[in-house]
Amino acid sequence: MVFGEKEVLKDINLQIMRGEIFALVGPSGSGKTTFLRLLNFFERPEKGNLEFNGMETSGIINIRRRMSLLFQTPAIFNKSVFENVAYGLKVRGIDKKTIEKKVSEALDIVGLSGLGNQKARTLSGGEAQRMAFARAIVYDPEILLLDEPTANLDPANVMKIEEIIKRIRKERETTILLATHNIPQVRRIADRVGILINGELIEVNTKNAIFKNPGDNRSEAFLKGEMIY
Amino acid sequence: MSSADFLVHGLIKAFELIFSLNPYILSITGVSIKVSGTATILAALTAIPLSFALAFLNFRGKQAVITLINTGMGLPPVFVGLFIFVMLVPAGPLGFADIIFTPSAMILAQYILVTPIITGISLSAIKAVPKSIIETVYTLGGSRKDAIIAALSEARFGIITAILAGLGRALSEVGAILIVGGNIAETGSIGGIGEGLSKTRTLTTAITSETSKGGDFSTPIALGIILITLNLSVNLLANYFQRRD
Ligand SMILES: Nc1ncnc2c1ncn2[C@@H]1O[C@H](COP(=O)(O)OP(=O)(O)OP(=O)(O)O)[C@@H](O)[C@H]1O
Ligand SMILES: [Mg+2]
Repeated sequence: MVFGEKEVLKDINLQIMRGEIFALVGPSGSGKTTFLRLLNFFERPEKGNLEFNGMETSGIINIRRRMSLLFQTPAIFNKSVFENVAYGLKVRGIDKKTIEKKVSEALDIVGLSGLGNQKARTLSGGEAQRMAFARAIVYDPEILLLDEPTANLDPANVMKIEEIIKRIRKERETTILLATHNIPQVRRIADRVGILINGELIEVNTKNAIFKNPGDNRSEAFLKGEMIY
Repeated sequence: MSSADFLVHGLIKAFELIFSLNPYILSITGVSIKVSGTATILAALTAIPLSFALAFLNFRGKQAVITLINTGMGLPPVFVGLFIFVMLVPAGPLGFADIIFTPSAMILAQYILVTPIITGISLSAIKAVPKSIIETVYTLGGSRKDAIIAALSEARFGIITAILAGLGRALSEVGAILIVGGNIAETGSIGGIGEGLSKTRTLTTAITSETSKGGDFSTPIALGIILITLNLSVNLLANYFQRRD
């Protein structure tokens, strides 16, 4: 993946298991966001094709509809909380009754029950982040791409979001790819970890293995918080 | 009569004319609203799709259209009036339509004046919709059509403001409609003032002609009060929608 003259991602080969929480960690600017955007077809690689389950990606919308990307800074529609969360169901032509049921489930999961009628732009930062989370999971995506979902949140909201992530995986068996540079968070919720430094995926392993015995001294430095960047 | 008396007398008589629903005044107000309202509606119907095309599509000549719109936003009304006049006179290329000196000709002139204004303002409202909103539509499974609808919805107050700005401009415009409409009223005099019912006489053109008659200024003052009230209402409405945003 190249922007101008800058190669932001280099030949990345990564397998993610169904139903796992995979943490993609790396310093700021290492290419985490770019990688998630690539998976969601917002960027195009200059070499090769994007395939999904072996399918060519000509029908992008059909593949996108099986996943969901929660942006680092979510954009909020100038509408009510309910309408924001309902959006993904609406564009899929789901009937009204089901929409109401699923939206209230999703709002319940993120702890925003009862706020459906509030204007979404008036939510607090933490509430807005949780609303965006509800919006991303309301249609049961198979794959959930989370881009630093807890950056800029207070500890209470960080805990809430982490609980939600674990709950979603448990209840819905959603595959979750979490980009973060929050190492304690990785310790708390990830199954496996990939370390991305300067666009290069230098190591992939289970959480326990990678923390106990990093296979690369750059990984070790980053995980210990010793990396200067 | 002192100069103060002269003004007070004019104002009192002006309000009398308005509140007695003087038919001459009423018919002029009606023509104004009909012409400017119709022109604005037609302009909005052109301008909104056009601004979306300019925001979302790439087509040949797009830059030329943008230049045309930017120029159009500042066109002098008298020039548009002259241009339409030359087109519509019997010897002109559109003379067969036979609409010179009718409300239709006035609507056409204001349509040409107002369309670029609504297009320009709503284009900037649409462009102000963050890219992240559009990407959110796509990541949530929306189609291109959904993205356009979302942009329309996010820019809705800006688009309403654009339409109201167009309406305000149309209502206060005088040069173009004076030339192509001719400021015509029926002969005679009703309610003791002015002439017969308005045919192509609007608030602005009537103020011009009634003022230049001299003597009693209560008629142009009454027309002016109505014009300002209309414009103020349009502006208040625009303010309301801007605050809603
Ligand atoms: N559209 C773009 N044009 C040019 N360069 C870009 C573009 N998008 C990203 N980059 C560059 O690509 C690199 C990787 O950016 P990316 O946003 O993927 O990093 P990140 O790992 O998500 O960082 P952070 O943790 O700060 O969010 C950065 O150097 C960034 O400046
Ligand atoms: Mg990022």
